[in-house]
Amino acid sequence: MLGPNGAGKTTLISILSTILAPTSGVASVCGHDVRLEEDTVRQCIGIVFQDPSLDDELTGEENLDFHGRLYGLDAKTRNSRIEEVLGLVDLKDRRTDLIKTYSGGMRRRLEIARGLMHMPRVLFLDEPTLGLDPQTRRKIWTYIRDLKESFGMTIILTTHYMDEADQLCSRIAIIDQGKIVAMDSPEGLKESLGGDLLELTTPDPKHEFLERLHSLEDVKNVSTQDGTVLLTVKNGESLIPKVFETAQSFSVGISSVSLRKPNLEDVFIKLTGREIRDEPVTEPKERIRIFMRTRKR
Amino acid sequence: MNAAVTVHTLWLREIKRFQRNKSRLIGSMALPLLFLVVLGSGYGRYFSYRSDISYMEYIGPGIIGMSLLFSSMLGGISVLWDRQFGFLKEILVAPVSRTAIMAGKTLGTVTTAMIKGVVFLIALVAAGLVKFDPLGILIALVFMFLISTAFVSLGIAVAAQMTDPHGFQLIMNFLTMPVFFLSGALFPLDGVPEWLLIAAHFNPLTYGVDGMRYALGGPHHFSPLTDFVVLLIFWGITTLAGALLFRRMSV
Repeated sequence: MLGPNGAGKTTLISILSTILAPTSGVASVCGHDVRLEEDTVRQCIGIVFQDPSLDDELTGEENLDFHGRLYGLDAKTRNSRIEEVLGLVDLKDRRTDLIKTYSGGMRRRLEIARGLMHMPRVLFLDEPTLGLDPQTRRKIWTYIRDLKESFGMTIILTTHYMDEADQLCSRIAIIDQGKIVAMDSPEGLKESLGGDLLELTTPDPKHEFLERLHSLEDVKNVSTQDGTVLLTVKNGESLIPKVFETAQSFSVGISSVSLRKPNLEDVFIKLTGREIRDEPVTEPKERIRIFMRTRKR
Repeated sequence: MNAAVTVHTLWLREIKRFQRNKSRLIGSMALPLLFLVVLGSGYGRYFSYRSDISYMEYIGPGIIGMSLLFSSMLGGISVLWDRQFGFLKEILVAPVSRTAIMAGKTLGTVTTAMIKGVVFLIALVAAGLVKFDPLGILIALVFMFLISTAFVSLGIAVAAQMTDPHGFQLIMNFLTMPVFFLSGALFPLDGVPEWLLIAAHFNPLTYGVDGMRYALGGPHHFSPLTDFVVLLIFWGITTLAGALLFRRMSV
């Protein structure tokens, strides 16, 4: 699930994981209604919360053991699972250390390991890399990919990082203001734009010039955004000379030109009319939360 | 079966945290010890309630009550710290009953409070300040358990309504001190002013301390049966309130 802060991603996860009751409508996980069959749903999901949720005064191992007990695993299963999940997130050598002494990235990894202890059919990861440095982010991505391959479980991940969604997800739901505005594979979403993107920088985007561009064959769409003209095009390479000819005939100067494949950011802009990073972190609570996280880690 | 596992899991966690925190243990035992030794020696010279009982002998059971009260009432704060550090979510999203969670948490805190209380009890017996009689000790332990469980539940009931650990600490200090001072833990209730006597009658700790005094061979104000029944009723109410309010608590 991809969307700006405050789009409703965490709320959706809270509903699906039975923490919040839906105000209207029906939701089910693994075929069980989240309102009527709370315990069955809880049994088949694992969740890694956005905010830290480990017991600082217990060791890594004890946190996992606690979780295993709550989910009704017997001692033998608990021990073998602890081995397995600690190996997966590379924390075997820190197992008997108190969580207090863990770094932010290690805590996050242990939380992911904990979510796997009871082998859930669906694993929710709410912003698993928020507030982590790029290196740790990449590491976590690797773990998530491994999980997908070795356990074959459904992983539902929320993020507001475009590259994260692009890299990890086989299907992306774009959420904006509480609604899913599109859902498809990353490739599908990009293809829905209808071609490559040609970006022109010009000091003087004359109206007639833009209209003429629009009428060219292979040009699907023309839009302007502070001094740049964005064309959605097909066969971009052969189109560039034609664009220059047109510009000359209207005596419009072009200071730079670039042709690129569309990314999810472009999809997002097209669907919602604004950039994801434009979205200000308006809610003070959100800001404080991010602050708290970074401080704690 | 499932509920028993949950209770045990939560209990185990409290015990582990308790074991790791030696400083907290010593810190929480220092104040009652100070009352016993300093007040006992300093004020004891002027204590003339009964010629056969020294002041230290008199306040012994009251000091156990004090230790239990203070550790138990503050026990609820762990719920708030868990919420603050997000661990509460991990517990509440698990497929287990909330009542079992509450029971495990309560029993864990009760166990740690009881350990401190028993240490005081052993010290008092060793110092010859209370009578040693196996049956009496057993009865005292029952009273100690009821006092502790009731006040832990009360603490959790209050904590379930709050979000801020610091605010909770303030409220609890505000509650704990009057309960302690108005309980007859430090002075006999015979002949105290009317208002004080009335206040003491409405204070559950009065009955707990009085019952312990009876069990440990000291002078008691009410009949032990009255002590037991009143404390049991208070225990029932707080336990129920704690369980209900904790169940309604949201993350």
